[in-house]
Amino acid sequence: MMSSQPVLRVSDLTTQFDTQDGVVHAVNSVSFDLRPGEFLGVVGESGSGKSVTMMSLLRLIPMPPGEIVTGEAEYDGVDLLQIDIDELREIRGGKIGFIFQDPMTSLNPVLTVGYQIEESLRIHQDLPAEQRKARALELLDLVGIPSPEQRLKSYPHELSGGMRQRVMIAVALACSPKVLIADEPTTALDVTIQAQIIELVKDLRETLNTAVIWITHDLGVVAGVADRVVVMYGGQIVEEATVDHLYEAPQHPYTMGLLGSLPRLDQKGMDLVSIPGSPPSLLKPPQACTFAPRCPYAFERCHSENPPLTAIDETRKLACWWDVENERPRYDD
Amino acid sequence: MTTEGAAAPIASPRPYEEPLVSVRDLKKHFPILGGFFRRQVGAVKAVDGVTFDIFYGETLGLVGESGSGKSTIGRVMLQLDDATEGTVTFDGIELTAIKGEQLRRIRPRMQMVFQDPHASLNPRMTVASIIGEPLKEHRAAKGSARKERIEELLELVGLEPGHANRYPHEFSGGQRQRIGIARAIALNPDFIICDEPIAALDVSIQSQIVNLLQQLQAELGLTYLFISHDLSMVRHIADRVAVLYLGKIMELAPGEDLYEDPKHPYTRALLSAVPVPDPKVEATRERIILEGDIPSPAHPPPGCPFNTRCPMAEARCSAEVPAWRELASSHWVACHFAE
Ligand SMILES: Nc1ncnc2c1ncn2[C@@H]1O[C@H](COP(=O)(O)OP(=O)(O)OP(=O)(O)O)[C@@H](O)[C@H]1O
Ligand SMILES: Nc1ncnc2c1ncn2[C@@H]1O[C@H](COP(=O)(O)OP(=O)(O)OP(=O)(O)O)[C@@H](O)[C@H]1O
Ligand code: SF4
Ligand SMILES: [Mg+2]
Ligand SMILES: [Mg+2]
Repeated sequence: MMSSQPVLRVSDLTTQFDTQDGVVHAVNSVSFDLRPGEFLGVVGESGSGKSVTMMSLLRLIPMPPGEIVTGEAEYDGVDLLQIDIDELREIRGGKIGFIFQDPMTSLNPVLTVGYQIEESLRIHQDLPAEQRKARALELLDLVGIPSPEQRLKSYPHELSGGMRQRVMIAVALACSPKVLIADEPTTALDVTIQAQIIELVKDLRETLNTAVIWITHDLGVVAGVADRVVVMYGGQIVEEATVDHLYEAPQHPYTMGLLGSLPRLDQKGMDLVSIPGSPPSLLKPPQACTFAPRCPYAFERCHSENPPLTAIDETRKLACWWDVENERPRYDD
Repeated sequence: MTTEGAAAPIASPRPYEEPLVSVRDLKKHFPILGGFFRRQVGAVKAVDGVTFDIFYGETLGLVGESGSGKSTIGRVMLQLDDATEGTVTFDGIELTAIKGEQLRRIRPRMQMVFQDPHASLNPRMTVASIIGEPLKEHRAAKGSARKERIEELLELVGLEPGHANRYPHEFSGGQRQRIGIARAIALNPDFIICDEPIAALDVSIQSQIVNLLQQLQAELGLTYLFISHDLSMVRHIADRVAVLYLGKIMELAPGEDLYEDPKHPYTRALLSAVPVPDPKVEATRERIILEGDIPSPAHPPPGCPFNTRCPMAEARCSAEVPAWRELASSHWVACHFAE
């Protein structure tokens, strides 16, 4: 799995918003790969650029005020940021399914659940009406909705939050996507319902071999499902590693602080580390490390140069001037 | 109570031994109105008979999923809402039996910190006037004494005196929550209900606020009811924990006992559903996946409220409400089969 060609390759993605307060540098030169069948977790605090990154590569940000300034998003030999919009629409919701946190892009309240699933099939696949219906039924069943025949005729408001999320997943999976992008799909749900959805997505990914990008605040969720994790801060990726390496030995001071600030269900009595201060303003392009004002390790270079994301070994990339393990600056030049 | 309205110190409290607050068989039903005459056609049984104590100096954690009645319990305890049935007693005074001026005089001793620091602070008031408002209203301090007290409070919650003349929008979420906490402690309360105080904050900021709450508890001898759906944070902060489901407490026990040896099938499922931020632990954990959704509190199932989803349920569970039993020392459970 690890050696195969990436199914999605994002490089140097930069997105800005022109606002009354000035230009918001929401995403700054973000690059990452997604391998076939891989589960990639994307974590970071509110405003760190997680949603804008994913919406940008599907060109779903409002333009204006948004602008994709630089970048490539290579999928199946084409650049999603360059192809014409009709071609992109084919891919969006077809080979790349998505579940967004934004209610605007979620279910339509005046259409039945069945209609919405079939709609997706109508756009992306050439199936006779009979088969579409059968497929919609099969999908509802697949995502674990009880009495699916009846549910096809339901409107979204007649369903609970957990059921609606299952329907969204059914819509996203309708055309057997190669990639599923899920933006905080369980954040609004109770833990027992969240556990149902996570279990569902894990199963689906095994049966369908879909690669998943899962955005979340919850480092617990990621620990349980992801193969690899990307940590975002201030519109940039600051660390990327396999899930085991990231949790066992985080290398970026922000990741370290984040993991140290979490209480654990299975332990009691540790003090919670707190990261002092608050997240950076995005109104200036990053000219220094965006974490420097809050970082306990910051030294001169951190305040004057923005560290680039660099591979430090086979499984990890890091954007930091300091080497926490050896307690010295990482690059001596 | 002093005439100034600020709370008098409690006479020789015995920490963790005597209840500061006692809640008995508390119910809160919201009427559902319908039909042409807007008559009552049913009731949302938001809180449906809960009994517990909160001891001097402790933190009682109250956990439960959305809609289980956590906030309603908090509001009724502070008498921001009337109880439908049952009593709330605070430091020997039955709050559910008093009104008006009597109640007003006790209010300073009980405060609340809310979830949403954006919504709970008036955007047109400066920080000084927000924090000073309770001091003014209860005539606890005026003029330069009030100014001094405001500065002292800002310092206590980790803000700077220079922040006093700024407005809420100039602060981050975490700082706004600090302002809310400063306001809550302004009158030297004995008891604070924290209703999801960190739910709206970023992970890196949550621990700042929790550390602050713990530090203030130690310095000021506060007693907390900590309402949250974050079971990991509750384990961290609470001495004892109550688990709520559909307006009823399923289990109540000291934190260690509840997390290490949960007795109620709902608590077990709930705890097993919480992800642990450690891939090694996650890889080997047994997860109990509950089926179905939480029933509506307007139509709770007969018998045990959990019986529609409980993996252990038998016929008896939908016929008979399980008794509230003390299974082991201080470990209370409402389940027919818990042992
Ligand atoms: N339409 C817009 N106009 C202006 N600024 C925007 C717009 N959309 C996003 N932003 C800004 O871009 C930045 C990144 O936002 P983004 O939604 O990607 O954060 P996020 O990491 O997804 O946060 P959250 O965890 O809260 O969802 C934020 O500062 C946000 O305010
Ligand atoms: N004023 C009201 N009128 C009618 N029903 C209400 C009212 N306040 C609360 N409820 C209902 O009572 C039940 C319990 O609500 P409550 O807000 O106490 O739950 P909660 O446990 O605090 O949930 P959350 O975790 O979402 O904050 C819910 O079903 C809610 O819809
Ligand atoms: S009483 Fe029955 S239904 Fe209720 S929790 Fe116990 S076993 Fe389950
Ligand atoms: Mg987002
Ligand atoms: Mg609530």
